[in-house]
Amino acid sequence: MLNRLLSHDLPRNRWLSLLLIVIVLGLAFTPFLFPGTKALNVAAKILVFIVLVASFDLLLGYTGIVSFAHTMFFGIGAYGVAIASTRMGPGWGALLIGVAAALVVSLLLSLLIGLFSLRVKAIFFAMITLAVASAFLTLASQMSDFTGGEDGLNFKVPEALQPGTQYLESPVLGASIDGRFVTYYLLFFAALVLVLTMLRIVNSPFGRVLQAIRENDFRAESIGYRTVVFRTLSNVLSALFATLAGSLLALWLRYNGPDTSLSFEIMLDILLIVVIGGMGTIYGAVIGGVLFLLAQSYLQDLMKLGASAVDGVPVLSQIISPERWLLWLGILFVLSVYHFPSGVVGRMRTIRSSVSPPKK
Amino acid sequence: MNTVAAQMPAATAAIPKVSFDWVPMALVVVLAVAAMPFIGSPSTWLTLTVAGLAMGMIVFIIASGLTLVFGLMDVLNFGHGVFIAMGAFVAMSVLGTMPDWTASTSLWMNLVAVLPAMLAAMLVAGVVGWAFERVLVRPVYGQHLKQILITMGGMIIGEEIIKMIWGPGQQALPLPGALKGSFIFGDAAVEKFRVLAVVIGAVVLIAMLFTLNRTKIGLLIRAGVQDREMVESLGYRIRRLFIGVFVAGSALAGLGGSLWALYEQGVVPQMGAKVNVLIFIVIIIGGLGSTLGCFVGALLVGLLANYTGFLAPKVAMFSNIGLMVLVLLWRPQGLYPVAKR
Repeated sequence: MLNRLLSHDLPRNRWLSLLLIVIVLGLAFTPFLFPGTKALNVAAKILVFIVLVASFDLLLGYTGIVSFAHTMFFGIGAYGVAIASTRMGPGWGALLIGVAAALVVSLLLSLLIGLFSLRVKAIFFAMITLAVASAFLTLASQMSDFTGGEDGLNFKVPEALQPGTQYLESPVLGASIDGRFVTYYLLFFAALVLVLTMLRIVNSPFGRVLQAIRENDFRAESIGYRTVVFRTLSNVLSALFATLAGSLLALWLRYNGPDTSLSFEIMLDILLIVVIGGMGTIYGAVIGGVLFLLAQSYLQDLMKLGASAVDGVPVLSQIISPERWLLWLGILFVLSVYHFPSGVVGRMRTIRSSVSPPKK
Repeated sequence: MNTVAAQMPAATAAIPKVSFDWVPMALVVVLAVAAMPFIGSPSTWLTLTVAGLAMGMIVFIIASGLTLVFGLMDVLNFGHGVFIAMGAFVAMSVLGTMPDWTASTSLWMNLVAVLPAMLAAMLVAGVVGWAFERVLVRPVYGQHLKQILITMGGMIIGEEIIKMIWGPGQQALPLPGALKGSFIFGDAAVEKFRVLAVVIGAVVLIAMLFTLNRTKIGLLIRAGVQDREMVESLGYRIRRLFIGVFVAGSALAGLGGSLWALYEQGVVPQMGAKVNVLIFIVIIIGGLGSTLGCFVGALLVGLLANYTGFLAPKVAMFSNIGLMVLVLLWRPQGLYPVAKR
């Protein structure tokens, strides 16, 4: 049963399995284990990012294509929900229409970009996606009638998901059963289903072809697979999953703006999480996402403390200040690409296989 | 590139003559002429065209290094923007130390201030480029995926370091006194600095064409772009050549960055990333690795950006992407494809 659910792609390491179980249980019971708004917000963000990063892993880790437009699709999903809910008023219909419209837009756009740039040369793809994504960011902040511009859009979610909606009078086991609670579990199960679906995709024959293209595209083409078609499909699939992740984010935040879903910093976060977690292993997205977002949410506070402790020292206080967060991310990113290319998951799996090689 | 073969004397009659491909060049003129009726008044058109040429020249200076690096070593440097921003900030600092010289309205005193600023920008950008190649790029030769990731990381680190030194905000960089204002031709106003930018761009272009086509180093670089292994097997250390090109390319990016800062009259740490997008479009349009293509592409992008910026500012950002799409539909490898790729 479990084996089938995980598409026969088990973690293949005892500690890794344990870690994953802890994460899944932790996320499943966050409202009870860690009451408080901040913890719940962090957990919801972790869920969204796990889906987002796993969808990027489909492209980078499994197909070997670098895209810088992933936040664009993430943003389309978020804007889809936000715009539909503002225009049509809160309701399940608006939500569905928003998600569906966003999926269609993402489908067309990713198909267009993919067919266009992957046909010529895979390396063009990185550059072209960068250009398209930055143009899209500009567009989104300029079309203020439609997208709310730099300010973004605040909107209402359906009644059942609103924080004011109380289902039970008194809290159960420390968690108040309200609209937020329901939204959190909606996110949790959506993320669970999406991640398992992606696991299914990468372990299907289709996924094997993608990996073949990653390893040696010339050979894959010679065997008779049309690499353009497979690369484009992989691009489209990953864009669609990113769009869904974006919709989940908008649903949780009840707000969307350029900085929350489109900014380049998020793209950087995605890249870093994929590399830290381990490219080409959907599990890497789970582990990396949890590690990274916990660090992002709580380490910056620590940096603030550290900076105030060394306030007088000229260079040191500058380096530790929370504004230099990106600097540390960049350094960490470069170091992990060099010395840690297989990420946490890859490293753990090699430890296991040196003891007893996996039966394949 | 092709020009050499065309200019060779008839002694090499055994080699079939390569006819020079004029079509992309003509495209620049066609674009400029085609824009005229839409803009209407000839004086506005002249202003915009000079602005477009100035922008194109600056973009060319920046992008030429990147395209050569790619052509020679197959290295795609996403961190090129760091050199641009570095150059711009260094130039700003140097100009800031000489307020008397820049405030003066005498052109010569201004040039005495601007010249060392540009040289300093080139020097610093060159040194940063050398370090960048040494630390970041060297370990990942031949691995495109890692190159993209690593150089992107380098870009972030560089930008953060700039923020640490100069602060995160936007800073104004006023033009030197004599470069302010415009020349007036009839109704048309042509800003003086833009003329200077075109002149500097032309000088760099000529110097570059001379180096590439008339010197031994240039011959080796062109040979390396065509076939790296062959040059190596003839006994030349292509790695040294490559470091030279990388440093020179970074220095040019620094020069371009200082010009860009004066063109925009201000600097922001994020400017590198912004210009990066533009130069990627340019080198894709031109054909990865081709210097001439990069030049034509830069002019096209510069002109189009100014025309659309005047006619329909909202779609200006997409005009360049549209141009790229059209060019790639016409010539999938870029305007001047490099033979082996």
